[in-house]
Amino acid sequence: MSAPEQNRLIFQHIDESGYTNDLACYVRHGGYEILKKAVTRPPAELIDEVKKSGLRGRGGAGFPCGVKWGLVDRKSGKPIYLIVNADESEPGTFKDRYIIHQDPHQLLEGTMISCFANNVKQAYIYIRGEMPHGARILEKAIQEARDAGFVGQNILGTGYSCDIFVHRGAGAYICGEETGLIESLEGKRAYPRIKPPYFPAVLGLYQCPTIVNNVETLCHVKTIADIGGEAYSKIGTPGNTGTRIFCVSGHVQKPGYYEFEAGKITMGQLLYDVCGGPLPGRTFKAVIPGGSSAKILRFGERFKGKSRAGVEYDWGVEDVPMDFDSLAMIGTMGGSGGVIVMDDSVNMVEALANINAFYSHESCGQCTPCREGSLWMKKITSRMVHDGARPEDAGLLKSVADQIPGRTICAFGEACSWPTQSFLAKFDDEFKTYHEAKADDKPAEAVELI
Amino acid sequence: MNLKSETLSKIDEVITHYPVKRSAMLPLLHLIQEDVGYIPEEAMTWIAEKLELQPINVYEVVTFYPMFRRKPIGRRHIKVCRTLSCALLGGYKTCATFEQEFKTQRGEVSPDGEVTIEFVECLASCGTAPVVLIDDDLHEKVDVAKAKQLAAQIKEKAIRKVASSG
Ligand SMILES: Cc1cc2nc3c(=O)[nH]c(=O)nc-3n(C[C@H](O)[C@H](O)[C@H](O)COP(=O)(O)O)c2cc1C
Ligand code: SF4
Ligand code: FES
Repeated sequence: MSAPEQNRLIFQHIDESGYTNDLACYVRHGGYEILKKAVTRPPAELIDEVKKSGLRGRGGAGFPCGVKWGLVDRKSGKPIYLIVNADESEPGTFKDRYIIHQDPHQLLEGTMISCFANNVKQAYIYIRGEMPHGARILEKAIQEARDAGFVGQNILGTGYSCDIFVHRGAGAYICGEETGLIESLEGKRAYPRIKPPYFPAVLGLYQCPTIVNNVETLCHVKTIADIGGEAYSKIGTPGNTGTRIFCVSGHVQKPGYYEFEAGKITMGQLLYDVCGGPLPGRTFKAVIPGGSSAKILRFGERFKGKSRAGVEYDWGVEDVPMDFDSLAMIGTMGGSGGVIVMDDSVNMVEALANINAFYSHESCGQCTPCREGSLWMKKITSRMVHDGARPEDAGLLKSVADQIPGRTICAFGEACSWPTQSFLAKFDDEFKTYHEAKADDKPAEAVELI
Repeated sequence: MNLKSETLSKIDEVITHYPVKRSAMLPLLHLIQEDVGYIPEEAMTWIAEKLELQPINVYEVVTFYPMFRRKPIGRRHIKVCRTLSCALLGGYKTCATFEQEFKTQRGEVSPDGEVTIEFVECLASCGTAPVVLIDDDLHEKVDVAKAKQLAAQIKEKAIRKVASSG
């Protein structure tokens, strides 16, 4: 079965020739018309549309956006803040970058609709420090939108006011975690806060109710305000509505970003039909489906079981529909949409050593299991590659990884242990025999990974 | 602190973006690093006073975030992505090429003072791996040949600069 057509709701204008990131171009393409209509509606109605749409967050956790908005404490009398999470730093993820650089007004329109719906008076866009041009583009776009009355005081003459400021991070992955982000925005180290009690919806920025949403999520809100929650919920599949942007990287012929209806395309269609299959002379070995924290899948393994709806499935990696629920059913996650592909030139010990170096560098260091565990997983896998592996390393790695999840303040604890746990579960043989492996066993295409 | 007047006015403006002054910490550090090239000790005391904090509050932030540095670096900053998708397509070789071209090692200032090369983690451009950030500009699909080309451009610019100032 060949792949379905892309359905570009969010990436409609990305890479379109002649499409520029200024206000005039956006307005020429119908920009801000949806905001104009939205501000004439009761805010509660807009929240209802988002609830009806079934929209799930695109930042990684897939949490229903309408439910999140419903949790916001509106009785405290404190101001409500909205933060756009533009930290985009989950390895393998590169979608928000293109929205920010090429279509910033789409994000601003979605943000303003979301602010109006939630009676937010001040929004911040937290953008990762390594995107200086992105920050400048956003600042310019905000100024244009302010001058045109879409952002700032008395928006479109309605009496409603809300400003947006851009806030730059400084190279720490943990600022993507929403409570770490909030601490960072308060001018501190990005130490995630413990939940409870610090749910952003109640005790967020400056201890006020705060909504944190991913860049892409807010763009979907714009579409929902346009076509209505009901119509949006018909796109994709039940429970996994709308479109998903897949960021495919690694060993495929045509890496890049592709937007499809959620659950309407399988991993096999995506990697073979859309991305052109493996590089010449190679075969697929493994794929990480939702950013580097997601558990790895091994080509050739089979997944059997019954879905929640009672439907039996028997899938190879290629058959898995690309949506949150199907990927969760086979023990991994859709996460941020970052699909990292590895072919048979890759040694799994070395790939894991690369990932472990990332997590040990990025642990914020608050929780002992995460700080020490991520460091030791890195030390062991690096030593296996550079200074000699031992037969007992696999067991040692597993014991370290198993002691982290569930014992930490934030989900980074899970994120850093899942790669080690899943690599070991799926490629146990490679870990157990790595000490016997010889350099000349390696294919010519193998490259240094650590 | 000897800051450009432009930096000072940007600092005063950015503080107004937040209901709590302390929130201006990262913006101030960015502005000062752009002006001075790094974060000197006196900047930390200066920021502390400006934001009505203790110097330790600034110090702990500077030491937490990888982008802030407490020492000057080369005139150009080359950041090579180290993370998996880039590594799978030869990112380590890209980095080694820059190191050879400038006769230096990661984390050090090259002997001619021209560059500092660093490994950084995923730059959110994995689809065009391997990627390299040179100062503010992202360069995509930087294989060995392209790394050599970029290095040559940096060197050429440096020579032209010396010639025009001499
Ligand atoms: C370690 C860690 C890193 C994260 N990084 C990001 C990120 O870079 N961008 C993002 O949008 N969400 C990231 N998240 C998820 C956020 O905490 C939060 O769930 C998300 O921004 C909520 O927005 P959404 O509901 O629209 O997805 C991260 C979470 C964790 C635990
Ligand atoms: S789990 Fe790790 S990253 Fe999260 S708070 Fe604890 S130490 Fe920090
Ligand atoms: S891994 Fe290099 S940009 Fe993502």
